[in-house]
Amino acid sequence: MDESRPLFQQIAEQIESAILDGSLAADSQVPSTNELAAFHRINPATAAKGVNQLVIDGILYKKRGIGMFVATDARRRVLDRRREAFGRDFVEPLLAEARRLGLDAEDVKNLIEKWGEGR
Amino acid sequence: MSAVLVKDLTMRYRGHTALHGVGLEFQENTIHGLLGRNGAGKTTLMRILTGQEFETSGRVEVFGQAPRENEAVLRKVCFIRESLKYPNYYKLREALAAASIACDGWDAAFAARLVRDFQLPANRQLKKLSRGQLSAVGIVIGLASRAPLTLFDEPYLGLDAVARQIFYDRLLEDFAEHPRTVVLSTHLIDEVADLIEHVVLVDGGRVVLDADADELRGRAVSVSGPAEAVAAYADGVPSLHRSALGGRLRVALAHRPDGPADGVSVEPLSLQELIVLTTNQGDPK
Repeated sequence: MDESRPLFQQIAEQIESAILDGSLAADSQVPSTNELAAFHRINPATAAKGVNQLVIDGILYKKRGIGMFVATDARRRVLDRRREAFGRDFVEPLLAEARRLGLDAEDVKNLIEKWGEGR
Repeated sequence: MSAVLVKDLTMRYRGHTALHGVGLEFQENTIHGLLGRNGAGKTTLMRILTGQEFETSGRVEVFGQAPRENEAVLRKVCFIRESLKYPNYYKLREALAAASIACDGWDAAFAARLVRDFQLPANRQLKKLSRGQLSAVGIVIGLASRAPLTLFDEPYLGLDAVARQIFYDRLLEDFAEHPRTVVLSTHLIDEVADLIEHVVLVDGGRVVLDADADELRGRAVSVSGPAEAVAAYADGVPSLHRSALGGRLRVALAHRPDGPADGVSVEPLSLQELIVLTTNQGDPK
């Protein structure tokens, strides 16, 4: 785990990523808090906080006495949220570095086209 | 509910004050990290909590009662010290039998499993075990006791990295099944950082940091860049550390400034880095 960011956030993000890449399908059961804690070797309360955050966000839902499940529209929600964050997390730092190197937005666009070719 | 409540606790020895007005709370069913340098006062605090020493002044409650000569409270407490001593003739069996009598929640099957995990010899006198094996005996007793309040004071002298990982894994597994209050005193901060939910940092007999571990991650930041830009960005935020090289400056800040980070790079600090910087600053020497 990355020691410079809250662990509960990282747990939530990993579950989101599993939903995004399809390894956790809609309405399938999510590993239990204790399983997550043992796997990642972290405190169970911290793992629970990550899972509960996703329940609050509507990405997981709770079946009483059974466990946590992936919401039907979870993938859509995660996708929307990640796309929203994409500009701030990736484009903004990209442009900041470009400015330091004396590249303008047009240069960056050209670079994106060049590097995107054939992918 | 709190398992431990300490208010304005002072411990004075002849000519030396080990704890200065310490206040803290250990919530029930939580793993706490009690961190700090050697001589910071961690062991003194744990000795007072377990009734082995009496405070000079202040209030100390364990499960709502003063621990001093209080059998009812002390039965709920298991304290594993750095170097536990056993009677000369003791073998593993005798040590575990003694612990099983002292601890109401003792789980013999779990103890047997831990003995296998640590590959402890059953029929050798404990005084003939290696330093690391002796530490492992303490860990077996601490874990299998399932005491409502279990304190580990630097329990791993001589234990190699593999054995320490076994300790951490078994602690987490068993804690998940049988929640209890665990206090882990250590200076191996990076190793236990992910296990503990709550951090108390003691320095020079004072509590200098008391917070949720996950809240501390990424709270403090390291800012570096051209000296002027860094100084402008960091203005008004408490700094923990500062170093300069040529025209460049790097400062560690207690939290991220509000303003835009123009021309500077901002990196979050790990829990370990934050604790080391906080300790250095609090050092009275």
